[in-house]
Amino acid sequence: MNEMKDIIREYVINEYVEDDTEINYDTPLISGGIVDSFSMVSLKRFLENKYKISIPDDKATPDAFDSVNKIVDLVNEFLK
Amino acid sequence: MAYPEKTRAMYAGVIESIKEAGLFKQERFIHSSQAADIEVEFPAGASPKKAINICANNYLGMSSHPEVVKAAHEGLESHGYGMSSVRFICGTQDIHKKLEEMVTEFLGTEDTILFPSCMDANAGVFEAILTKDDIIISDRLVHASLIDGIRLCSAMHDTFKHSDMEHLESKLQLHNDRKIKMVVTDGVFSMDGDTAKLDEMVALCEKYDALLLVDDSHASGFIGKTGRGTHEQYGVMGKIDLITTTFGKGLGGASGGCVSGRRELVELCRQRARPYLFSNTIAPPIIAGVIRVLEILSASTDRRDKLEKNTEFWRKGLINAGFIVKPGDTPIVPVMLFNAKLAQNFSRDLFDEGIYAIGFFFPVVPQSQARIRTQISAGHEMHHLEKALEAFIKVGKKYKILGKSKQEIIDMYGI
Repeated sequence: MNEMKDIIREYVINEYVEDDTEINYDTPLISGGIVDSFSMVSLKRFLENKYKISIPDDKATPDAFDSVNKIVDLVNEFLK
Repeated sequence: MAYPEKTRAMYAGVIESIKEAGLFKQERFIHSSQAADIEVEFPAGASPKKAINICANNYLGMSSHPEVVKAAHEGLESHGYGMSSVRFICGTQDIHKKLEEMVTEFLGTEDTILFPSCMDANAGVFEAILTKDDIIISDRLVHASLIDGIRLCSAMHDTFKHSDMEHLESKLQLHNDRKIKMVVTDGVFSMDGDTAKLDEMVALCEKYDALLLVDDSHASGFIGKTGRGTHEQYGVMGKIDLITTTFGKGLGGASGGCVSGRRELVELCRQRARPYLFSNTIAPPIIAGVIRVLEILSASTDRRDKLEKNTEFWRKGLINAGFIVKPGDTPIVPVMLFNAKLAQNFSRDLFDEGIYAIGFFFPVVPQSQARIRTQISAGHEMHHLEKALEAFIKVGKKYKILGKSKQEIIDMYGI
């Protein structure tokens, strides 16, 4: 589980953070302005490719992507 | 009552909150035509004051060029004031077609369609061409009008880090399964004045079968050896699938814009682009003016050459004086001050010295990136630039920022 958290956190940092902003598991990503709504699509596609899942568009909401912990919950919902 | 007091109070509150956040924009009234020398009424109600303008998009000094003004007068006489129609009903005159052909020739593309503005071109182009099966991959710093156009389109949208070609390639790989891939960038980025690496972008688009759209509004007429735009500077003329640009900057300064590029894509805009279909045709005097601008620019590179020399003088002068200037070689020369209040005060003091230049700060630019964005013109003579430089140095000395590093300025004024 922690491995998934760290993989997602590392992806978020590499993909979206261009300064020294700290990202922990609960840092607000969308509401905190770190990930814009346009860029969510690459995060969704990364998760789908990485974990071989399909996240329906109605589940890929800004709230569901708003922190590493929430993203982990979302992925687990579809891994089951 | 359609506008009850509580609704009025609610909107008044919104305006108040904009003011409290320091984001309230105020117009400054100019009593002269657009040029290097203008007369500005600021604050509202004050007597108009003469100032040197160094913040206009009037890159080639065409806004009030006598030949352009004369051509617009002639167009008014020969083709009337307006057409009272959209293009496809009864709004297309011979001069509209002529201008489309001239723009195609000037930009080195296959076909061109005019729009009332480049904002409209960008609002209409994506939905005309792309569907939900497609992907748009845009630079993270593209102009707001492109973002709005992308939002209006059903295609999937992703972004890549500003000018990061490695990141763009990873996105092209990630989305390789989409039917059409379109990469979107500004040619010259309006806030920093840097240029897109169009040679590398063309190579990547060819490698991954992606279309490339470039908004060259801050380039058309003066970037590249003969002023054709960023694609000329990077040696990729004929290889950009879509160019959107404006006639409101280097190419005249009045209004109007276009989409220019692959024949079929332009035709689809003619069939489907909503700002083209549902908005009045560009007024005849403006078309006549832009035609004259293109004739002048096609006959000689004198104006873009002068702009290049002016820009070099200005950029060197600021750097030698000890200002921090964003690197680049375009006429957009941002003088970095980092602090929003400092940028506002600096602009006010410049105006006191007879120089008109505006401070930009968050949210127009990122936090701690406040600046005075200067824009050089072929309409500037050396005496304008020398006086402006003198004023910048005087105000720079007042705030003790000359020769200081970014960190030193932030230590003095905060971010």
